[in-house]
Amino acid sequence: MKRVQQIEKSYLTQNLPEFSSGDTLRVHVKIKEGDKERIQVFQGIVIGRRGSGTGATFTVRKMSAGIGVERIFPLHSPNIDRIERIKIGSVRRAKLNYLRELTGKSARIKERIVEAEKKTTKTAATVVNEENAEPKLDEVPDVSETASDGASEDTTAQLNSAEETESAKK
Amino acid sequence: MKEILGKKLGMTRVFRDNGEAVPVTVIEAGPCYVVQVKTKEKDGYQAYQVGFGSQKESRFNKPSKKRFENANVKPTRYLREIKFDESELEAGAEIKADIFKEGERVDVTGISRGLGFSGTMKRHHFSGGDKTHGQSDRWRAPGSIGQSSDPSRVFKGMKMSGRMGKDKVTVLNLEVVRVVPDENLILVKGPVPGFNGSLVKIRNSNRR
Repeated sequence: MKRVQQIEKSYLTQNLPEFSSGDTLRVHVKIKEGDKERIQVFQGIVIGRRGSGTGATFTVRKMSAGIGVERIFPLHSPNIDRIERIKIGSVRRAKLNYLRELTGKSARIKERIVEAEKKTTKTAATVVNEENAEPKLDEVPDVSETASDGASEDTTAQLNSAEETESAKK
Repeated sequence: MKEILGKKLGMTRVFRDNGEAVPVTVIEAGPCYVVQVKTKEKDGYQAYQVGFGSQKESRFNKPSKKRFENANVKPTRYLREIKFDESELEAGAEIKADIFKEGERVDVTGISRGLGFSGTMKRHHFSGGDKTHGQSDRWRAPGSIGQSSDPSRVFKGMKMSGRMGKDKVTVLNLEVVRVVPDENLILVKGPVPGFNGSLVKIRNSNRR
């Protein structure tokens, strides 16, 4: 089995940021459209991680226009440009499947504030997993990148408004 | 006909350049050594006798050790024959994993996992009986196995329970995803027969 793991090693992404269930991530995904490649951002809460080696995956859930959307990413997929950890969640279990039944205010996760990590969250957690990822972003600063950024902000805005309306209903 | 012996190491998944995840079986292929060349004149058929894997020398008796000495190769654990049309190799020659290239199609032969005495549901994909509606002890039963006093016997070849697996199985037309010549490794797309560590034979496929 060791030799199989050695083969796997060459496919693993280096310098992945540390994250676990409950954290809020921004996953920058490479998307190919014809010959063009652009980067889309998927922001949401990690509701689970599984697997090891090249088979490791993580599930990110977000509310998009009031509808829950989950994406399962292979952790070491070359299609993932980089992963940013935005918030560290304070949760007591590894799989947050209970979030699926919750909406609005109750679906929020408390932020865990760690003194040592507090400062590093914004700097170290945004570690780029490929050295060339950063310049690539600059090279392709086209509309799509900014657009997708804007879009994700939009959805968060929508999320917030959705929360407000729902809480208002209650 | 390109052919090589190998050891199944296990399965994993790897990524292609476009990000696609591919399930692969890692096979340690070769190095194999030609121990004897069998010819039509002498043996009635053509084949290389090929050795693979290492084995303690003390495990061999004198005559079988001599067989390897004649070819000037180290004694090997396995000895198998590889057919050929035209003789290109001589005794003592080495066959390595780099005879295969990425993207090539191969057939892989192995001995499937032995599953012991298995029922009809596992062995022949029978559907079994009802769990409810007044049934008892019929969930995994085979059902009727024939008629009545005519013919008064069970037909030959009737699918019934019995020993399953440990058969020689060939999986056809598998893609070679990657070859690592330095480590004698071949990564083949999809599963191949047998337990991890079992002997497999890889040959180039004539299907496409």
